[in-house]
Amino acid sequence: MSEQPVADGADGACPVEQAGPPVTTPSSRRWPVLAAVATGGVVGAEARFVIGVAFPQPSGGWPWTTFLVNVSGCLLIGVLLTVLSELTVPHPLLRPLLGVGVLGGYTTFSTYAVDVVALVDAGRPVVALGYVVATPLAAVAACVLGVAVTRRAAGRTGGEPE
Amino acid sequence: MNGWTVLLVGAGAAVGAPLRYLADTAAKARFASVWPWGTFVVNVVGSLVLGAMTAGSAEFGPEVVAVVGTGFCGALTTYSTFGYEVAGLAERGRAGAAWGYLAASVAVGVCAAAIGFLVVRVLLG
Repeated sequence: MSEQPVADGADGACPVEQAGPPVTTPSSRRWPVLAAVATGGVVGAEARFVIGVAFPQPSGGWPWTTFLVNVSGCLLIGVLLTVLSELTVPHPLLRPLLGVGVLGGYTTFSTYAVDVVALVDAGRPVVALGYVVATPLAAVAACVLGVAVTRRAAGRTGGEPE
Repeated sequence: MNGWTVLLVGAGAAVGAPLRYLADTAAKARFASVWPWGTFVVNVVGSLVLGAMTAGSAEFGPEVVAVVGTGFCGALTTYSTFGYEVAGLAERGRAGAAWGYLAASVAVGVCAAAIGFLVVRVLLG
């Protein structure tokens, strides 16, 4: 019953340890992974911050900046994780750096949730409702699209799916 | 935007992102479940904290908002992993878990943000 946790659910999974006993990272491996995640996280968060400064969100309006940051990050993670897990044998630190770090730091769930609260607080419950529903649907669709486009591109350009 | 703010955002993110990774690995080691507990918990906790930050932003000041809000909460929480996990559950034929995880994350996350926001607003009068 508890022998196999989901090995490959998300970018948090560490691909090096799928064969071993569940998911515990040897401590010698843990520090480089944490450093890669932190470095990527800083890069992703700074990108989000700079975009937010360049395109400030109007109070009470649709939060386009957060919406597009989150949806674009989902598209990119679909592409990235398909390349890393299906098309290449990547360096073990690439997924922590780019997936968990850069894209995890770039996208944000907390700002999305607070955007919803701020819209309600600003007396815009209809916009809040549209935004709270549209973001996760667009995000998941973007992930699926990223995966599908990457698989298709790989099949066409000789990536050999078999 | 100035150099100091950029530094503060980076400092918060340098803590938030690894903390999310540790939560995810700890959850995967502990629960042999299809439900992505690690991401779920960091997204809810980050939403609660950012809700509190937002309500008190004038009192806390722009430096605290940059390091704790934009940097730490922004990097602690993630939409890309969340979206990919939902897509992954759906692809493995677990449509019910996918919809449940999506709906629960959104509902609990938004409620947490609202609680953080309201509590700080009430406390600050």
